[in-house]
Amino acid sequence: MGVDVKFFASMRDIIGDDCEIDAEILKAKSIKNVDDIWNYCAAGKERPANVLIAVNMDYVDAETLVKEGDEVAFFPPVTGG
Amino acid sequence: MKIVIESESFDPWKMLDDYQKDKADLAGQYGATAVFVGTMRDFNEGDDVSEMFLEHYPGMTDRHLENICLQATGEYHLLESLVVHRVGTIKPNDPIVLVAVWTAHRKQAFEACREIMEDLKSKAPFWKKEQLNDGQDRWVEKNTKGY
Repeated sequence: MGVDVKFFASMRDIIGDDCEIDAEILKAKSIKNVDDIWNYCAAGKERPANVLIAVNMDYVDAETLVKEGDEVAFFPPVTGG
Repeated sequence: MKIVIESESFDPWKMLDDYQKDKADLAGQYGATAVFVGTMRDFNEGDDVSEMFLEHYPGMTDRHLENICLQATGEYHLLESLVVHRVGTIKPNDPIVLVAVWTAHRKQAFEACREIMEDLKSKAPFWKKEQLNDGQDRWVEKNTKGY
């Protein structure tokens, strides 16, 4: 069991499709928080200042720690309603 | 309290009527019903818009809307609340969102309806992609102030 990473709306256009980071990679790459997840998935692309982040569907900041089984999502400002 | 993420076109007035009829036990308790219906325009940012795609984050969207309504229920003593939001492809004049609240008095109804709507627009994970008349498409980067 690893970490599921999701990208929505324009973030998916920038970074690509959803992915899963397996437990071995988490350990090998010392991925500990949301910022590490972004850096691994984005392959050098800078994180936009206005990107919103959720872990297990709750809003968090980039310093939030992640663990195996978590779902991490990156998305732009919301525009519903 | 009822939250609906709707993938098909819906009639907000029929949904409102049906929901209120289902809540017959509340008759006599509420003195105010405040309703907001959001509808798709055919223009935005100076461009003509022919179609729009509404994306959402399944699971988080529902949970967030439930939390908004629960919070408003406590704060404004709501007797009932109903939120419906479209996803998928929509056309101008299609309803996008319905927010309705039932309270004893009008002040709480007006304020709760507005607060739910403003919270939905600023925090619920929905995104709009517009198809313009000239064939281009674009993600909507931010909601217009509108209030």
